[in-house]
Amino acid sequence: MPKSILVVEDEPNIVLSLQFLMKKAGFDVRIARDGEEALSAVEARAPDLILLDVMIPKRDGYDVCQTVRANPDWKNVYIIMLTAKGRDVDREKGIALGANDYVTKPFSTRDLTEKVKQILDGMS
Amino acid sequence: MSGTVAHLPSWIIIAVALCYVSLLFAIAYYGDKRARAGRSLVANPTIYALSIAVYCTAWTFYGSVGRAVESGFGFLPIYLGPTLMFALGWLVLRKIIRISKLHRITSIADFISSRYGKSHLLGGLVTIIAVVGIMPYISLQLKAVATSFDYLVKYPDLTPPAVAAPAVVGDTALWVTGLMALFSILFGTRHIDATEHHQGMVAAIAFESVVKLVAFLAVGLFVTFGMFDGFGDLFGQALARPDISSLMTMESAGRDWMPLVLLAFLAVIGLPRQFQVTVVENTDEQHLNKAIWLFPLYLLLINLFVLPIALAGMLVLPTGAAGGPAVSPDTFVLALPMAAHQEEIAVLAFLGGLSAATGMVIVETIALSTMICNDLVMPILFKCAWLHLGERRDLSKLLLNIRRGAIVIILGIGYFYFRLIGESYALASIGLVAFAAAAQFAPAVLAGIYWKHATRRAALAGISLGFVIWTYTLLLPSFALSGWLPHSFVDHGPFGWELLMPYALFGLSGFDPVPHSLFWSLFANVGALVMVSLFDRQATIERIQATLFVEVFRQQRPNVAAGYLQETVQVGALRTLAERFLGRERTDEVFTEYAQQRRMLLDANMRADGDLVQFVERRLAGVIGAASARVMVASTFKGQGFGAEEIMQILDETSQVLEYSRQLEQKSHELERATAELKAVNARLTDLDRMKDDFLSTVTHELRTPLTSIRSFSEILHDSPDLDIGERQHFLTIIIRESERLTRLINQVLDLTKIETGRMKWQMTDVDLREVIDHAVTALHQLFDERRIALEVQLPELVPAIRGDRDQLIQLTINLLSNAQKFCPPDVGRVEVGLRIADHEVTVSVADNGPGIPLNEQEAIFEKFHQVRSGQTGNPMGSGLGLAICRGIVEHLGGRIWVRSRPGHGATFFFTVPFAKA
Repeated sequence: MPKSILVVEDEPNIVLSLQFLMKKAGFDVRIARDGEEALSAVEARAPDLILLDVMIPKRDGYDVCQTVRANPDWKNVYIIMLTAKGRDVDREKGIALGANDYVTKPFSTRDLTEKVKQILDGMS
Repeated sequence: MSGTVAHLPSWIIIAVALCYVSLLFAIAYYGDKRARAGRSLVANPTIYALSIAVYCTAWTFYGSVGRAVESGFGFLPIYLGPTLMFALGWLVLRKIIRISKLHRITSIADFISSRYGKSHLLGGLVTIIAVVGIMPYISLQLKAVATSFDYLVKYPDLTPPAVAAPAVVGDTALWVTGLMALFSILFGTRHIDATEHHQGMVAAIAFESVVKLVAFLAVGLFVTFGMFDGFGDLFGQALARPDISSLMTMESAGRDWMPLVLLAFLAVIGLPRQFQVTVVENTDEQHLNKAIWLFPLYLLLINLFVLPIALAGMLVLPTGAAGGPAVSPDTFVLALPMAAHQEEIAVLAFLGGLSAATGMVIVETIALSTMICNDLVMPILFKCAWLHLGERRDLSKLLLNIRRGAIVIILGIGYFYFRLIGESYALASIGLVAFAAAAQFAPAVLAGIYWKHATRRAALAGISLGFVIWTYTLLLPSFALSGWLPHSFVDHGPFGWELLMPYALFGLSGFDPVPHSLFWSLFANVGALVMVSLFDRQATIERIQATLFVEVFRQQRPNVAAGYLQETVQVGALRTLAERFLGRERTDEVFTEYAQQRRMLLDANMRADGDLVQFVERRLAGVIGAASARVMVASTFKGQGFGAEEIMQILDETSQVLEYSRQLEQKSHELERATAELKAVNARLTDLDRMKDDFLSTVTHELRTPLTSIRSFSEILHDSPDLDIGERQHFLTIIIRESERLTRLINQVLDLTKIETGRMKWQMTDVDLREVIDHAVTALHQLFDERRIALEVQLPELVPAIRGDRDQLIQLTINLLSNAQKFCPPDVGRVEVGLRIADHEVTVSVADNGPGIPLNEQEAIFEKFHQVRSGQTGNPMGSGLGLAICRGIVEHLGGRIWVRSRPGHGATFFFTVPFAKA
């Protein structure tokens, strides 16, 4: 059974590129366009990894991260935060709220795919 | 008219006069007694105003008529001057009174000395001038009483007393002089505790003012209605005589009118006796309110019958023109009732003249003796170490004796002056000479209370010069006219130098002696006062006194002594000092009063605070004058070795330190203010910095988003050679779109920054908005067609030109249209463009039928990076800069931009642009 990834992002073009990359890498990909959608997707079926954009409508990335971490059932969900805000404070805030990694836009598709692969392969 | 011819024996006249004087004493005694009981008789505005009428002397009583015979209305300026001064009373007199009360001023000399740094020299100078200048005026009173007595004794004979019998005249005058001296001593220096107030005297003077007014009115009424049939008859007869009728025109009063008004205006504050009754004896500043109108009214009443009496005298009495012996116009007041054989009225007239003369002499000698004692003798005595005055325990007796001696000497000199000069001079002229001397004090007084920079040396120079010129142009000529000096002095100048002729100094001829003298003396006086002040520097004590005087209404309690004295003097020492001048009993009262006022107990070993020192100094000033009081108080500090000079020096240094610390304080205030301003600026800068930081962070965020897509798809295309053509095309389109978005964003950021920082280059022209809208619509037509959104444009035929940048206006319209299009649903979307013309501006509207904008966002959308997200997807629809740029453009053109919207019912954007000015 392929590892599942939840892409949480509101920019359609970025969603498209991430979806393309992750599918190509052989993962099961679901999409959420805002914070609420993301949380219901997690509740429906916890993914192995979340690519979580910070600036999303309704409930932002930090909020989603915190909510996921608050539930012990989801403690193994790996969270990579994506953000266009490159400041150190933003990164520290994400890590402090329980994100496992933090990637700044614009990211290298190759590096990101490699990173995701490594993590998910290590899980099995 | 009484037909019987009776005699008026001299004993009757003497008895009446003595009775009158006894009555005065009774009033004075009663007044003093009431004052001591605390129920002051003179604390009454009417009595105050009447006492000021001591201004009307025998010179008024007899001399006004004399002057009227010479020059018609020429007698009036002497009364208009004071009327003018009292009209200004609220301005000038009130200030002088307030100052004098605060500083316990005892005389005009004390006032001037105190103002100019408590200068002994100035006080002494003023005293000497006052004595010399007023002396003729006093002798004038003696002469008036003696003459009127001798005249009355000769009744019913109307001819003037024989000049050839000086022994008789002299005897009478000598008696009068002696009695006057006695009165003055008894009135003014009876008390052991000499203070600046003489309430009994004031009561008596007020009574005398009533008597002289009643007497003069009685004579006037009798003459007008008894001897003639009223004013009509009297003036009618006078007009019939050409030599008399000329008196009733202003021409006879001559051009001396204005100078004489000025002279009397100045003299009424400079004359020592006027200063005494108006200022020193004032018990309540409020009394001035009544005096301001009552005193001028008194002057009016007492002058009412001057002209009628003068005219009647000329009509009825032998003038010498017909060959008979002439009656002097100066005695008309007495001669008219005598000619009509009205003994009672004649005696009443004599009493009126007597009261006018005694009133003047008593007040004047008391004022002068106070000045001589406080400002001349005491300072000298204190300087004479061999007198050991500093060690005498009780000096109050000595003070009174000095004053008594001064009274005797003043009247003595007055008598001799009368014997030497009196016969050659008319009453009227002598009075004016004294006025001219007293007027010399006025510049220093007036400058002293209004001009802080008037200095001691300037006052000395002004008064001295004025006095020298007065002496040269009035006093010396009077000696010459009496034969003391060669007559050629007056006619040809000293040693024949005509330029220095005393009545035509430096060639100024054509004036009467008094206006001539007044012109030169005041010119020199005021000139020196102003010029020296401008180039002089005040000592600190002068500066302090100047401020206290000029700003008297601003301060409650001047506190100069406080601060430097308090550590060095004990209450006991002050008490000992006070006892020496005030006597033990009075000192006890003073200290008790002080302690009660402040609810404190005074112990002899306590340190005296600045207030007490000042309190005692003021009390002493009331007795010995401000300058001497200061020296005496200063001498109590730190024993014998601590001299006045050192005290002055300390005061000087202290006030310099005070001034310095005041400046420091001011500087530190300024510094605080500057710091506060800096802080505010800094806060503003910090805010701006934070905003800039936020802006940068937001801009970076906005840039990274399209960049991410571009990079991702580029890498995907690069790494996936096996992509099918459709996908490849799709990804490339995305890359192009995102690149365009990036470019647009960068341009908008630059535009907005330019607008906000004012670096945008605006091409301002007259713009037709129809053309602008057409242009924008054409540019976006394809976009609307693609999404099948209806675009309706309805514009009026004729739109007034507006002033603006055409390209920016097109950009603005495109922004609004593309926004509208963006939010409209495809197929059913509809955008309407409208244009309305108002009074002075054009309003453009762009309406869509999109989702609308919530009320709470309708303001915020015009802010930078505020993005409206699409209702369905929650995606941001633009860069968040478009509307901010629109607002920047509209506001630069002087218009407004806003949106009206109901969520669910579309939104309408409006912007206005004012008309171009014709």
